[in-house]
Amino acid sequence: MTQAESRPEAARGRPPSTEERVLELQGLSKSYGAVHANSDITLHIGRGEIVALLGENGAGKSTLVKQIFGLTRPDAGRIVIKGDSTPIKDPKDAIRRGIGMVHQHFQLVPVMTVAENLILGHEPVRGGIRLDLAAARMMVRELSEKHGLAVDPDARIEDLPVGAQQRVEILKALSHRVDLLILDEPTAVLTPQETDELLGVLSELAAAGTAIVFITHKLREVLAVADRVYVLRRGRVVGTVPTDETDAARLATMMVGHDVILRVDKKPSTPGKAVLSVRDLVVRDNRRLTAVDGFSIEVRAGEIVGIAGVEGNGQRELVEAIAGMRSPLSGTVRLGDRDITRFNAADTNAAGVGHIPEDRERHGIVASYSIADNLVLNCFDSEPYSRHWIRNISAIREHAIALRAEFDIRSASIDATAGSLSGGNKQKVVVAREMAARPRLLVAAQPTRGVDIGAIELIHRRIVEARDAGAAVLLVSAELDEVLSLADRVAVIHAGKVVAELPGDLVDRAEIGRLMAGERPGVPPTDHRSDGES
Amino acid sequence: MAGIVTWQFRHLLAIGTPLLILIAAYLFYFVDQTVATSMCANAWFFAVPLVLGALTGVIGERSGVVNIGIEGQMLTAAFASFFTAAATKSLVAGVAAGILAGVAMGAFLAWTTVTARMDQIIAGVAINIVATGITSFFYKSGAQLPVNMPQWNVPVLSKIPLIGETFFQTGPIALFALLIAPVLHFAMFRTRWGLRTRAIGEYPSAADTAGINVNRMRFVNVVLAGILAGAAGTYLSMEATSSFSRGMTAGRGFLALAIMIFGAWRPLRVVAAALFFGFANALASQLQGVVDIPQQFVTLLPYVLTLAVLAIAAGRVRAPAAEGVPFIKGEGQ
Ligand SMILES: Nc1ncnc2c1ncn2[C@@H]1O[C@H](COP(=O)(O)OP(=O)(O)OP(=O)(O)O)[C@@H](O)[C@H]1O
Ligand SMILES: [Mg+2]
Repeated sequence: MTQAESRPEAARGRPPSTEERVLELQGLSKSYGAVHANSDITLHIGRGEIVALLGENGAGKSTLVKQIFGLTRPDAGRIVIKGDSTPIKDPKDAIRRGIGMVHQHFQLVPVMTVAENLILGHEPVRGGIRLDLAAARMMVRELSEKHGLAVDPDARIEDLPVGAQQRVEILKALSHRVDLLILDEPTAVLTPQETDELLGVLSELAAAGTAIVFITHKLREVLAVADRVYVLRRGRVVGTVPTDETDAARLATMMVGHDVILRVDKKPSTPGKAVLSVRDLVVRDNRRLTAVDGFSIEVRAGEIVGIAGVEGNGQRELVEAIAGMRSPLSGTVRLGDRDITRFNAADTNAAGVGHIPEDRERHGIVASYSIADNLVLNCFDSEPYSRHWIRNISAIREHAIALRAEFDIRSASIDATAGSLSGGNKQKVVVAREMAARPRLLVAAQPTRGVDIGAIELIHRRIVEARDAGAAVLLVSAELDEVLSLADRVAVIHAGKVVAELPGDLVDRAEIGRLMAGERPGVPPTDHRSDGES
Repeated sequence: MAGIVTWQFRHLLAIGTPLLILIAAYLFYFVDQTVATSMCANAWFFAVPLVLGALTGVIGERSGVVNIGIEGQMLTAAFASFFTAAATKSLVAGVAAGILAGVAMGAFLAWTTVTARMDQIIAGVAINIVATGITSFFYKSGAQLPVNMPQWNVPVLSKIPLIGETFFQTGPIALFALLIAPVLHFAMFRTRWGLRTRAIGEYPSAADTAGINVNRMRFVNVVLAGILAGAAGTYLSMEATSSFSRGMTAGRGFLALAIMIFGAWRPLRVVAAALFFGFANALASQLQGVVDIPQQFVTLLPYVLTLAVLAIAAGRVRAPAAEGVPFIKGEGQ
């Protein structure tokens, strides 16, 4: 309360004194079977401090914070919250003790409204029984204004783009008194603008005294907002540094244990014949509004075409229409000389289209199946994985073992369920499966969502290799950097239409930014907020 | 904008359809008073156990637990209530025993599916088999109720032509069914309990992270829903017939599931759906005297209708997303 305005500069980069400590972990350990997800973790966070947790996929970051929020119990060690070391029973207990958490995987009820989701668990009632939805809406508006995160209280979650859902998650975590805010990869699904907005919110919260644990794979964000970094490797804390004494390269090395190359090297493309041609495609979204509005594009063999655009401009519907998951209203999708417009997902896959879906949890994996089975979801019924209607288990296992090594999927065994994998490793399973089929056309939506920098490099390299081997690649990503570093040609999408097509090597970021916003410089592309917080 | 249009359309439908049916019923009433009254009364008579059974299913599935054991719950309750009333010579004891039987079966389902995480379909099938076995084994012929269940005339309301005779000159359980549906509708969509119940049936891990004890709530809901199934069974043996016969539920528990789906898991719509079945049934038995149709076809009608209704409803209504899936803490978070 004493330093309400600015961040406590003195606290920056040095461990706060014990009295100020909001959270302290002492020798925390947690195993899942043979996997030591966390081993002997000791760390602490003070009031108003932002601490980043950094580590490869499967390093144990989510496991660590889940224990703090009472979602799983530690095997050993203590969690001390504001000097109180009684074990945390469940999320309810955690919430009561002033902990808020934004989960790696959205925890929102899709068929309910924003307001209903926000009040779940602490609902305001009138007359002792009737839900007070007016108060709930009010609460959403107040919170959203206070933190400068725009959301519509009456929108249904399933109709919202992921960026907006993420804002709801954050507001939900802040909807009760929070001394310690945990965010598990909140920026994985955000556009750069949305990310900057969130980082601003975090700084403000910290300035007001909230302690923040921030998990991300993006070093830029760590350096921009965190005071201190803890680096985890294979379940252990391998070091902690103040952010002003380090840089991206050093952090990356600490994380992986060896030097990493942060850039993709690729030769200029040598495109061949057209593989994908989309003509005048019109697709409606879940609310039956036109999302893709006369979209045309051509992707040739040996070429990566990137779609750049602000989220919610029809990218999701476009990808789903091409992948056979959504019927277009009109227009055609051709693969080579076949018309695949009306194909379903299975036929599209059989025709030679690989698809890395945007939402891996819902469309990418079957959580209760083993990793090995997930790796053959697109080819389980063809040779050699199935012979005379009988599954060939040894071929499936060999395939899985090879892909696990090739894509560095970190798991105890290929027989573990896909649901038990860490977020980034699930993503690797999806990417591995789709690329292993050697598709003629790869449709990749957010292919590196939630994977660590080492894995990003790996996936990017594989995509370029696939291109060099003659595949056509359609890349959709909220990360402009990803589009710019991979694409040979960039198509800018706005309001469901291609507004410009540019060669990938001479693209100017500012120019693209203007195009993404609909060629109206100076107008912010998303959210039309009446007044911003200063 | 599209949202507002569908909203208005839905409300028009919700108010307009019952209104139209009501107008039609009264027109009919003025044409032929006795036939209209007897048909409406017959329809409601047939619909009561379906309403109660379907609401049992609604509570369970909205919380994420599929209950295909409603048939068995009803049968056990019909048995327990009838023989308890006969043995103790007390109607109150009979009704209490019926409801208790429904709750006990509900508790069995809750324990197997929520606590022991057994497959919900298998648990339901087990309930049906056990119920048939027990009630047949202990069945004794010759037992009788001490007196028939009372028939009440609700003051004022029972004087309304047609509606009064249909709904308000009735026994206690039918009246309970009439009252519980709107109460449950309100509870489901306007109270804290309802919001949480829907959340644990749609996306339990979201409810869990919001501090709600998913499995405890599922357990309690399934047990409480047993009250309704118990009342349904009690209605069959004590209020509708004053007798118990082997397998007397005759598939009504499954019919109730079809009605639950047709009613889109919404209590008030469930009542409408049950009445629709009731009317179809009443119409068929009415036609029997007029046109020459064999009795078998009349008895067949509800089941044929069930198939037709499910075929129509399929793909139009959406079941709670997490129904049938046991919730294990820490997965999906
Ligand atoms: N429920 C579970 N059952 C079995 N193993 C699990 C379970 N949850 C996590 N693990 C394992 O624990 C390890 C740590 O996983 P965790 O999710 O904490 O990683 P992470 O650091 O958050 O990774 P990411 O950056 O990919 O999200 C992984 O090896 C994972 O497979
Ligand atoms: Mg994680």
